[in-house]
Amino acid sequence: MSALEIATRVRSGERSAVSVAEETLTAIAARNADLNVFVHVEREQVLERAAAVDAEVAAGRDPGILAGVPVGLKDNLCQTGVPTTCGSRILAGWRPPYTATAVERLLAAGAVPVGKTNMDEFAMGSSTETSAYGPTRNPLDPTRVPGGSSGGSAAAVAAGMVPVSLGSDTGGSIRQPAALCGLVGIKPTYGLVSRYGLVAFASSLDQIGPLAHTVADAAATLEAIAGHDPRDSTSLPGPAPALVAHLDEGVAGRRIGIVRELVDGADPEVLAAVEAAAEVLAAAGATLSEVSIPELRLGLSAYYLIAPAEASSNLARYDGVRFGLRVAGSDVTEMYVATRTAGFGPEVKRRIMLGTYALSAGYYDAYYGQALKVRTVMIEAFARAYANADLLLGATAPTEAFALGAKVSDPMSMYLSDVFTIPTNLSGHAAISVPFGSGASGLPLGVQLLGPARSEERLVAAAAVVEAGRGVPGA
Amino acid sequence: MVVGLEVHTELLTASKMFCGCANAFGAEPNTQVCPVCLGLPGSLPVLNARAVELAVAIGMALHCRVGPSTFHRKNYFYPDMPKDFQISQYDRPINEGGYLELSDGSRVGIVRAHLEEDTGKSTHLGGTGRMHDAERSLVDYNRAGVPLVEIVSEPDISSPEQARLYAAELRAVLVATGASDGRMEEGSMRVDANVSVRLPGAPLGTRCEIKNLNSLRSLQRAVAYEADRQVELILAGGRVRQETRHWDEASGETSTMRIKEEAEDYRYFREPDLTELVPDPAMIARIRDGLGPMPAERRAALAGLARGAAVPGDVLDAVVGAGLDGFVEAAVARDVDAAVALSRAANELAGLDGPGQVRPDAFAEVLAREAAGTLSATQAKAVLAELVRDGGDVAQIVERRGFAPMSADDLSASVSRALAEHPAEWARYRAGEDRLAQFFVGVVMKATRGRANGQQVLAELELRR
Repeated sequence: MSALEIATRVRSGERSAVSVAEETLTAIAARNADLNVFVHVEREQVLERAAAVDAEVAAGRDPGILAGVPVGLKDNLCQTGVPTTCGSRILAGWRPPYTATAVERLLAAGAVPVGKTNMDEFAMGSSTETSAYGPTRNPLDPTRVPGGSSGGSAAAVAAGMVPVSLGSDTGGSIRQPAALCGLVGIKPTYGLVSRYGLVAFASSLDQIGPLAHTVADAAATLEAIAGHDPRDSTSLPGPAPALVAHLDEGVAGRRIGIVRELVDGADPEVLAAVEAAAEVLAAAGATLSEVSIPELRLGLSAYYLIAPAEASSNLARYDGVRFGLRVAGSDVTEMYVATRTAGFGPEVKRRIMLGTYALSAGYYDAYYGQALKVRTVMIEAFARAYANADLLLGATAPTEAFALGAKVSDPMSMYLSDVFTIPTNLSGHAAISVPFGSGASGLPLGVQLLGPARSEERLVAAAAVVEAGRGVPGA
Repeated sequence: MVVGLEVHTELLTASKMFCGCANAFGAEPNTQVCPVCLGLPGSLPVLNARAVELAVAIGMALHCRVGPSTFHRKNYFYPDMPKDFQISQYDRPINEGGYLELSDGSRVGIVRAHLEEDTGKSTHLGGTGRMHDAERSLVDYNRAGVPLVEIVSEPDISSPEQARLYAAELRAVLVATGASDGRMEEGSMRVDANVSVRLPGAPLGTRCEIKNLNSLRSLQRAVAYEADRQVELILAGGRVRQETRHWDEASGETSTMRIKEEAEDYRYFREPDLTELVPDPAMIARIRDGLGPMPAERRAALAGLARGAAVPGDVLDAVVGAGLDGFVEAAVARDVDAAVALSRAANELAGLDGPGQVRPDAFAEVLAREAAGTLSATQAKAVLAELVRDGGDVAQIVERRGFAPMSADDLSASVSRALAEHPAEWARYRAGEDRLAQFFVGVVMKATRGRANGQQVLAELELRR
């Protein structure tokens, strides 16, 4: 059942939120040991919260558009008192004393957060294999990865444990796992969703967004969590866009550019899926054209300087002084070194070193400074493309879900999984991945629709057209 | 001698720079903290608008260009820095290029006055009190995230005395803008001195940075010591090494704290959690209009009240520094001599605790009574002391303390009694022994427990002679 169907029934009193929560807890209990999706579930708290939603309904009040909807939270989103580890040993046992704005807004919309989902350590990875708490398996084929870094959030929805979950997307971490698990995933415009309470990986790129079976569920969830937040200085002004109201708007008259650089190098099945999706959009009245934005090829290199640079600073605070893991040392420097050596996994260490190097005196101009220039060049290139197009179309990931362990020892091939998603993070724009077609092994693929800043209304309308064109949602 | 000063001042905001925690000195350790100033994962900074206003006020008072600015992260590991980076301003500070005019008429250039956050405060137990050999270290994060403005001077200062005058003048300016309380002893204003020496006309020498200067006196002494040390070192054939040195007030010497063999790499980069700071022109205009006259102007105005009578510079400094201009003006309006008013304000009101409970009209009333002769100087000071401590009504205090002047009849009666008790002295006085007048004043004063007016007693004696 979709999130909106659950909410409709809970709001009308047809179903109790407690029964929905119990179903969710049962589904988690049945498959979590095999799939390693949730790293933490607060059973009692979930049932209490669901009972509170039912009490609202019984009292004649409307708990909100997500009434009684169970939601999985990526383990980098803070909720008061609930363990938050970011898939890292260094935060083992840490319970934040405050709640992220996005989670507060879910609660205000009547949702029932059920627990924390597994993720690549500090969101650094594309397969959920760098988690200190073991890899998550793809529910559609447990020998394969669910993608990452929001792999747990994707798998939770794909396994039918929850209808919707929240992830975070720094270079594709919502869209790529959505594609690999056959889900809809949205990377909102930078600043549309408050980052307050999202544990930072790369602050200028991070954005929270939903993963769901349907465009409508993803749109409703994003609408619930979006809108200005004074606690995040980079939060955009104004209220959340009315996404659900625009779902049926269609694409008649829209100009959509198929971007060569966002399909080049992808598997043939991925290319075929993008072409077929383009036909669906054209049949619905959009004008399709092929465009080339060569600057997008620079995205990956720029990203792997900017994101690690910011991460090297954001992750400095995990030093054993105030919270999380502390490994004793004979003096404070040794304590720092021992704590960080034991607490961080190899991928996180690799990126901290990369980022520290890129920011160092004597190297800043050649690396970080140059990457910032590339970022500006890409933003300008996108602006030129959007002068002639309302939306852009491409692939989300170059392949279907790959086997566990296939890329974990080869960072470069792993980094290439995000080559089509990274440009949108660098530009700060919005993008959505919609399931469409299938790969050589029969696993789902995703196509990606991209739009300029604050184009979410247009994006969900176009995504709904693509979704309708592939048959029954969730099939 | 070439000296440049870096002055950090805490801003008098109600809350911290990036969160809502109280900005107050002296609370129980770690009681004024929240996820933001503790740097907890997921927390984000939100800039305090009042801190920006106070920084703009400082910039304007120092004749700086106030413009759009950005924040950077200064990255280094230290336990009292919750995020292991400090949010500061780097290549685009809010205030650039100004100057400060000192009370000796000289002018010192200001490079910049930028915003940044303070760190927590470490206490190291055991060992020498430094972190490296401590048994345990404690950190109080109440100060973490308190807003600071760092004011960097040009190396325009050429003597220890001028360094002191600069710091004193800057403190007066900071207090006058309302941005700071200027208390060096509480650390709300901290001064670091960069000192180098060279032969006249030669290029700049290697500089040493001196820390732990907790008073104006320390600053002046440390600069003098350090310049002498460098000169002696060079004369002995040595070379000055670029380093950070610690001033020891007790021994009166500086000693090596940190050697800067290779410049520390802070990996500065734009703070991605904050947007560009573009001060609103209306806000700038409002602050410009609200900025009162600066200390130099106020000193001149006060000196003008004295109409040419010489007033010591330190008296003017004390009055302006403590913001007592209005007290002096109120007294002068009551025809009190300006020099007396300045001196009383400087000596009786400008103490450590400032004017306390006393109000300008009460101060003027006391001085007017003193000028009219109804209060003696001693009595006036006593009344002022009580006013500073408790406030209150001058007439009531005078009455309660028995300082009310005696009626002419009472005074006359007291004098009569004194003459009757000391007939021999009275005879000698009448015979021309003038100095016995003071003897009779003393007797009357004692008998009336100071209530009598000495001048009136003398007049009475003269009448009866």
